[in-house]
Amino acid sequence: MNDTPRQQLVSRFVDKAKAVSAFVTEISSLDEAIAYTLDLCGSRGACRIKISGCEEALSPPAGELCLTKQAKIVAAPDLDPELFQRLAEACSEAGFACLRDGMRQHLGGIDIGFTIADLGIAETGTLVLNCPGEDLRLATMISEYHVAVLPKGSIVADGFAAESQLRKYLHRTPDYTAFITGASRTADIERVLAMGVHGPLELHILLLED
Amino acid sequence: MQDAKNLKEYRQTIQESLGNDFLRRALDTFAVTYRASRARAFAEFDVQQLVDEVAAAKDAVLPRLLELYSEFKKNAEDAGVKVHFAKDAAEANRLVAEIAERSGSKKIIKSKSMTAEETLLNHALEDRGLEVVETDLGEWIIQLRHEGPSHMVMPAIHLSRYQVKDLFSEVTGARQEPDIEKLVKVARRELRSKFVEADMGITGANFAIADTGTIGLVTNEGNARLVTTLPRVHVALLGIDKLVPTVDDAMKILRVLPRNATGQNLTSYVTWITGANECRSAADKKKEIHFIVLDNGRLEMAKDPLFSQVFRCVRCGACANVCPVYRLVGGHKMGHIYIGAIGLILTYFFHGPEKARNIVQNCINCEACKDICAGGIDLPRLIKQVHVRIQDKEGHPLPSLLLARVMKSRKLFHTLLRTAKWAQRPVAGGDGFMRHLPMMFFKEHDFKALPTVADKPFRDRFAELAQPRENIRFRVGLFSGCVQDFVYPEQMEAAFTLFADHGCAMSFPMEQSCCGLPLQMMGEMATSRSVAEQNLRAFEREGVDYIVTLCASCASHLKHNYPVLLGDDPLLQDKVRQFTAKVIDFSSFARDVLGLDATAFTGQGQAATFHSPCHLCRGLGVHEAPRRLLEAAGYDFREADESEVCCGFGGTFSAKFPELSAELLRKKLDNVEKTGAELLLTDCPGCVMQLRGGLKKRGSTIVVQHTAEALAARKKKGG
Ligand code: SF4
Ligand code: SF4
Repeated sequence: MNDTPRQQLVSRFVDKAKAVSAFVTEISSLDEAIAYTLDLCGSRGACRIKISGCEEALSPPAGELCLTKQAKIVAAPDLDPELFQRLAEACSEAGFACLRDGMRQHLGGIDIGFTIADLGIAETGTLVLNCPGEDLRLATMISEYHVAVLPKGSIVADGFAAESQLRKYLHRTPDYTAFITGASRTADIERVLAMGVHGPLELHILLLED
Repeated sequence: MQDAKNLKEYRQTIQESLGNDFLRRALDTFAVTYRASRARAFAEFDVQQLVDEVAAAKDAVLPRLLELYSEFKKNAEDAGVKVHFAKDAAEANRLVAEIAERSGSKKIIKSKSMTAEETLLNHALEDRGLEVVETDLGEWIIQLRHEGPSHMVMPAIHLSRYQVKDLFSEVTGARQEPDIEKLVKVARRELRSKFVEADMGITGANFAIADTGTIGLVTNEGNARLVTTLPRVHVALLGIDKLVPTVDDAMKILRVLPRNATGQNLTSYVTWITGANECRSAADKKKEIHFIVLDNGRLEMAKDPLFSQVFRCVRCGACANVCPVYRLVGGHKMGHIYIGAIGLILTYFFHGPEKARNIVQNCINCEACKDICAGGIDLPRLIKQVHVRIQDKEGHPLPSLLLARVMKSRKLFHTLLRTAKWAQRPVAGGDGFMRHLPMMFFKEHDFKALPTVADKPFRDRFAELAQPRENIRFRVGLFSGCVQDFVYPEQMEAAFTLFADHGCAMSFPMEQSCCGLPLQMMGEMATSRSVAEQNLRAFEREGVDYIVTLCASCASHLKHNYPVLLGDDPLLQDKVRQFTAKVIDFSSFARDVLGLDATAFTGQGQAATFHSPCHLCRGLGVHEAPRRLLEAAGYDFREADESEVCCGFGGTFSAKFPELSAELLRKKLDNVEKTGAELLLTDCPGCVMQLRGGLKKRGSTIVVQHTAEALAARKKKGG
């Protein structure tokens, strides 16, 4: 094998992310990212009016919250306006709502949260997401699926290599930064692994060619 | 939560745990799978180096603790957070309640915080009419059941899906199925509706970074992100031990914490919060944030030369994961709120001697916790020291006093052992086991047959043994320990003949006594020290190259505890160093010093397995030597499952907690029998006693010997 160090870093990231059940796909343009998201929402069935858990027997307040969701929703706060425009147009053609803000009005749930990650950490398959704005945070938490674009050039070896960037975030106040490694998980009942206890059930990482 | 009033009551509650089949099965499987996943997570690393880095980073905090606190406070407050200091649990709870009141918060959601468990925050808030809902799944479950956590990382590990199903049926008012995936989804939706309504969110923190005023939260479920995002008010309650100077220190800890806790490379979420971040439901769109930094005994601990190492604890819970006692009794019996090895210690500092008095005795001193600790804390030593402190303050129990009195004088002790030989006569069977147990003391010891005291101790046989005449390679001092001297002198003789064949001139200083470990286990530190000095003196003028002992516990005690016991005496320091440098266990001496290999032995076959004494594998770090020696001697060596897990002897532990000792022994022997070995070998006379007694009771034909005996039986005649 004569992979370059950069290629090795990328493949290490992919291995580690897959090991925590993230779905990793390589893409060469942002248009592909939009196409992937729409495909996931539409033909792959990720977008549903009735979302996960709402088919279970729930208490009245929990049941009512389920009913507040009336559309198939993609949310993409913090995207640059031009890219958001393209995503929104594609969504509206396909009949999905596409939101840029106002996540608090949709706490019942949204289908897909679409973000661009700031860094990737190869050692653990982690995404670093600087998210001082609450809409971005919520979009990656109340969504059923999280789709994150990660430019390959933003992958670093380990937490220590991410430090200088992280330090910049933490010195900028106020700040909120998240490390995201795979989807939300729990093993609190009989140590059986279950995904999506609070946050996304699936994490999709789209590795963007530089 | 541990509230037993005395040891008797405590033992009764332990019996209940032993009868809980679900708990036992759950903890058994966990103990095995945990070890495997942890090993995988650390595969690419030198674990010791990572642990050392955590320890160094945390130790560096201690002298600067208050300075770091001021720095943290300043930076956090500059960023719009209010930082409070709480000297104890009551003050912390009061502060939280006042914040709730001032901000008009009625509904509170929480993510997991052991510190809030420590202060019993939920009770305090509920007493004031506030609604508090835990959002970590495990914490929510135990909150609904009005229980405390039974593990620091997996709080509901003691419950089955059926119990959760019943609970959730009650909560939702709808019938639920015992299907874990569905139950998790129910929790997702039920808790989501709680998030929506909440006014205030409470979290703990895994890190408080001084130079940026940031807190770091490590979670898997992601609930902490919602707790810190949705409500208008955020309160983080954290121990002052969570302070680190920079994000670099946090990274060092983060590299070890999840790997050691659950065998994950990293948890799903790590959240870094700096300052009053955006909150669209707050009037000024800024969240109201409070950090409450808790002392509650920590500052006292930080000043203590011995206990300050507790600050290295990152709350990974691993010391419970590997503890054989935890595995038997579960968390509610092994800690008041914090559980496992660290729980025994923290209970004393945070909740007082009353709560710690009984549980602190429930440690078999197997060192499994010390071996796994993310911060390299010498947990067994600290546990013992807590016991000592309580005992010194409240008075020593009678058996402990008697033991100390007897052991203080070697002559008295040895005379008693010699008389025991006559006392046991009427009840001794002809085969080296007591038929009936003579003393009340041993009433609950009948899960194993106890050995009899030998007719003639090793010290009386030594002079008659044939020393080598020529080609002397080493001068060796033999340290027998009391059990081999008085109960199993044949083990010493076997080693003697083997060593003699390979050029060892041996001496046996008659002034040597018990190594002192049993005294230490009973918390009799003063006598333990005086016995240590006697032994040091006994070997002082022997001029030997090595001090060999066949007892792993003695070896580890002589080597690691003597410097601590005697090190404060400047006149003894050098002598102790010379002494401990010479101490070596039997197998390491035979293999590494004498260099015994296949050429030293003759004979083939016979299936054999090895039980690794705690103080050999963990105390001395010896894993390979005995196994390779047995192979060299032609035995068909078979590794048993969990061969490095404690056999349950633990010296005085087996007298104090016979029911636990018996269970550990049962597991051990099941694993031994599975190998199909005819011969079970080990490097410690205490283990021999425990294993032999247990097998005898089972009517098994497996023969238990010290490795020295098995090797001597195969040695080439005449060397
Ligand atoms: S020394 Fe062994 S028994 Fe004692 S707390 Fe540690 S692991 Fe448990
Ligand atoms: S004492 Fe060590 S092993 Fe136990 S929780 Fe603390 S860091 Fe983890």
